[in-house]
Amino acid sequence: MAKLDAKIPNGPLAEKWTNYKVHQNLVNPANKRKIDILVVGTGLAGAAAAASLGEMGFNVKIFGIHDSPRRAHSIAAQGGINAAKNYTNDGDSVYRLFNDTIKGGDYRSREANVYRLAEVSNSIIDQCVAQGVPFAREYGGLLDNRSFGGAQVSRTFYARGQTGQQLLLGAYSALSKEINKGSVKMYTRRDMMDLVMVDGRARGVIMRNLVTGELERYFGHAVVIATGGYSNVFFLSTNAMASNGSVAWKAYKKGAFFGNPSFAQIHPTCIPVHGDYQSKLTLMSESLRNDGRIWVPKKKEDAEKIQKGTLKPTSIPEEDRDYYLERRYPAFGNLVPRDVASRAAKERCDAGHGVGSTGLAVYLDFADSIKRLGKHVIESRYGNLFQMYEKIVDENPYETPMMIYPAVHYTMGGIWVDYELQTTIPGLFAAGEANFSDHGANRLGASALMQGLADGYFVLPYTLQNYLADQIGVKPLPTDLPEFSKTEQETQALIDKLLAVNGNNTVDYYHRKLGFIMWDYVGMARNKEGLEKAIQMIKELRIEFWKNVRVPGKADTMNVELEKALRVVDFLEMGELMARDALMRDESCGGHFREEYQTPEGEAMRDDNKFNFVAAWQYTGDDKEPELHKEPLVFEFTEVKQRNYK
Amino acid sequence: MDLTLKIWRQASAGAKGQFVNYQVKNISAEASFLEMLDILNEELVMKGNEEPVAFDHDCREGICGACSLYINGRPHGPDRGITTCQMHMRNFKDGETIVIEPWRAKPFPVIKDLMVDRTAFDEIIQAGGYVSVRTGGTLPDANALPIPKAASDEAMDAASCIGCGACVAACKNASAMLFVSAKVSQLALLPQGKLEARERVQNMVKKMDELGFGNCTNTYACEAECPKEISVTHIARMNREYLSAKITAPQK
Amino acid sequence: MSLAGLFLITFLVVHLAINILILFDDSRELFNQAAHFMITNPLIQGFQWVLFAGFILHIILGFVLQVQNWLARPTRYDRKGHSETSYFSKFMIHTGVIVLIFLGIHMANFFFRVKFGEVPMITYDSGDTYRDVGLLVIELFKDLGYVVFYIISLLLLGFHLDHGFQSAFQSLGLYHKSYTPAIKLIGKFYTIVVTAGYIAIPVVLYFF
Repeated sequence: MAKLDAKIPNGPLAEKWTNYKVHQNLVNPANKRKIDILVVGTGLAGAAAAASLGEMGFNVKIFGIHDSPRRAHSIAAQGGINAAKNYTNDGDSVYRLFNDTIKGGDYRSREANVYRLAEVSNSIIDQCVAQGVPFAREYGGLLDNRSFGGAQVSRTFYARGQTGQQLLLGAYSALSKEINKGSVKMYTRRDMMDLVMVDGRARGVIMRNLVTGELERYFGHAVVIATGGYSNVFFLSTNAMASNGSVAWKAYKKGAFFGNPSFAQIHPTCIPVHGDYQSKLTLMSESLRNDGRIWVPKKKEDAEKIQKGTLKPTSIPEEDRDYYLERRYPAFGNLVPRDVASRAAKERCDAGHGVGSTGLAVYLDFADSIKRLGKHVIESRYGNLFQMYEKIVDENPYETPMMIYPAVHYTMGGIWVDYELQTTIPGLFAAGEANFSDHGANRLGASALMQGLADGYFVLPYTLQNYLADQIGVKPLPTDLPEFSKTEQETQALIDKLLAVNGNNTVDYYHRKLGFIMWDYVGMARNKEGLEKAIQMIKELRIEFWKNVRVPGKADTMNVELEKALRVVDFLEMGELMARDALMRDESCGGHFREEYQTPEGEAMRDDNKFNFVAAWQYTGDDKEPELHKEPLVFEFTEVKQRNYK
Repeated sequence: MDLTLKIWRQASAGAKGQFVNYQVKNISAEASFLEMLDILNEELVMKGNEEPVAFDHDCREGICGACSLYINGRPHGPDRGITTCQMHMRNFKDGETIVIEPWRAKPFPVIKDLMVDRTAFDEIIQAGGYVSVRTGGTLPDANALPIPKAASDEAMDAASCIGCGACVAACKNASAMLFVSAKVSQLALLPQGKLEARERVQNMVKKMDELGFGNCTNTYACEAECPKEISVTHIARMNREYLSAKITAPQK
Repeated sequence: MSLAGLFLITFLVVHLAINILILFDDSRELFNQAAHFMITNPLIQGFQWVLFAGFILHIILGFVLQVQNWLARPTRYDRKGHSETSYFSKFMIHTGVIVLIFLGIHMANFFFRVKFGEVPMITYDSGDTYRDVGLLVIELFKDLGYVVFYIISLLLLGFHLDHGFQSAFQSLGLYHKSYTPAIKLIGKFYTIVVTAGYIAIPVVLYFF
């Protein structure tokens, strides 16, 4: 059994990263040209890594499923990116950002990684500004900040409600520069089908050309996966339609351990579900909680009238409104972390105070802020979000409060990586949301962008070299090696098998069913009985899928249904591992809430004696139970406390 | 509501395409346009004799720029300031016939059905749509160089381009000027982008012309159809940048 | 394109300023005097070639741009564009071509006759003798068909100018939030005055 070695450098927390960089191995410029690196995914982490590695002189190939690298789902992040610049002079520091992130993650992340993240956060902002990212500014010409959930300082840099877009376009521009120079080659509309291993190392990938349907082979001295998260296991999530977990899952099946698979974040401010044909959920940025107040009617009968459509929220008097977050958490109020806000919304709706036609919504009200600041200020801050809301819901949020409800948004879990972002497969690295990451059991707002860029611009360029330093003697392997052929054949077999079923239900039919199971039993509140049931149901659904799915068309041409089917095959397996992990973890922490483990006030109750570890699951075979490995978490520099946002 | 859809079907890039009519029934006014197409596709898959309609889409919240349908004579359909995925069926009437076509432009060849290849946009950006700074390493502090808020805000207006190509699709000349100018203008407005402004505008315009986009005749359909409502003032700024780059070429 | 266009825009003003003289003097002396000056002044004669160059440049560029623009969209849309645009901008090639045809006829009627044909002479009380170009104008505008053709052509020229004036500024990058509305207003004013001015001549001559 492999032992998990996180390879955390020695020394005091604040010096670990510096020490690492000082002592790491390097590759000289002449040798860099001889090294091929494959990067899968063109989001913040992938694009940033490819651009940086290309600049350093490596031969980089980058692959994306879209028609352009700029479409990766990082583009949809709205709110902002954290950095410990302390420009606002409110007492921020690298240590405070580190501490907030550790605490926000409910003490389930690795100190050394999180500290490094906080440390490089400032460089990210410098980098982006130098690239021409138009962050919001004050009248004096300096950068503006706003505050986000789980923090008592203003440290979030933003570009209107389109921060992810601007940061991705920054990384995309750096990538474009390198493509122009010839150091990076871009392959668009490619879906990674499998990882090729040679002598126990990651040495290549099998790609499916989505336009022609051809399977292609690529060699690399190292492979970086930056393919994002797997929230779409829930069918309805705020992720883009094509976001998937397949690459991570293929890596898992080749031997990479999967870290904390059950840690999924439910974002509190999404537009509520409105019909059974719905294809995805739309997020409303957390930044709205800066100026919006969340409430439900105090009286159940008011809520019922609203659900029937006989009462308007604006006619409920102040004293009959329950601003439940401000009531329960006076210190943080509407800016409690996401997991807390989501659970509180669910609690109110389950108690019958929900609004909207389904009763599964709460109000996010801007009336006070509009009165205090004026409509134009609110418009300048959130104009595009308000417009987006109005287009979808057909209601004007300047006049009537917004309706929101939690939805799956981000997966903290992912491929287990060490301090160098290397997985348990030598030569395979994972960056951004694809790795199990720095966010523990709950990610704070504006941290995902920070992590994606930190991994891509500032971490991988160093740590990847450390691995490659002893690979310079390895000549590029020809892709007609038996290892490549065999992996390609396996992929072909899987595709043929899918097309041969020719059953009676569409791929979406199964995906939707899986989504319901996941949301009901592996969602915001979980319990032993439900999780056991979910595991059973997913197994049955998987069998039914392979008997009765219909994937039309052919393999050797563009086939969108086939693309979806290949992803759902993996989701149907991932869902089970998520439920398993949630069942194993007999405690509540962050986004993982086990109903059996809560304080009398309904807060998450951790069990630090038994569960102070990262769960890293090892694949042992299709019909066998995965094996659990534990990476103990050591907190030397933070005091482990019960989270308190009161 | 019940609708007739007249959709462009084309098996592959080289194949000959044609319009095919489809009926969809009981569509909710609250459904999005793409959800309506999902319903059609689900029916086509179950009927089994025809492949589902291929179209680009991804984030379904108006930011990735993937969706690209020319609906009833307008890119992204009959509403201002939105993408196809943000359009809801309440914008249509029961019984209506909706004509759905792919973007049409020489540099945007059809790949399949309603899907086109927009690599040309990436190539234009690769020709100069960036600031040539190294990543990583040590850079000046982000606040070392104050930027007037007005310039920064205007740069942000331009930077909000999602690269969907509606400007090209709407333009009677299939011109990419709004797209190109949005990037040129964003970087020309910021001090970080000024240093290379002269080379950037010339290289990007050259690439745009090489790729076969049409010329701007100031018809302004691009501005009217841009989902992010990017203004043609950026085209004027690019023209100015281009002319002054040409006139004031540095002495060799 | 835009520079040539703006140049022609200024030319139209000069041309109109001379033409309109015919309405202010029944003896046509003023007009013929001005015509004489235009025909004989060596500076003007030299400048004439610049003007030709301006026309030719504008016309050639117009066609080249149009061909490029057609080539940029080899497959047309089934449903015609419904986008909101400035209306006349869509028909610049059409209005341009008709104005070009008009220009040809106009040149044949006046320019070539003055340059190479026979023009009756007229002597005024002042003792000066000029070519009676004014008479050509008056004779021509007795033909109702020509008057109608002239007015239609000029209206189309107006449409051409309506888009062309402000478009030229945009193409040259002369855009400013505060000044552009003024430019647009001046453009409208210019278009109306110039078009109306030219049209007024045959109307007055024919009906009054």
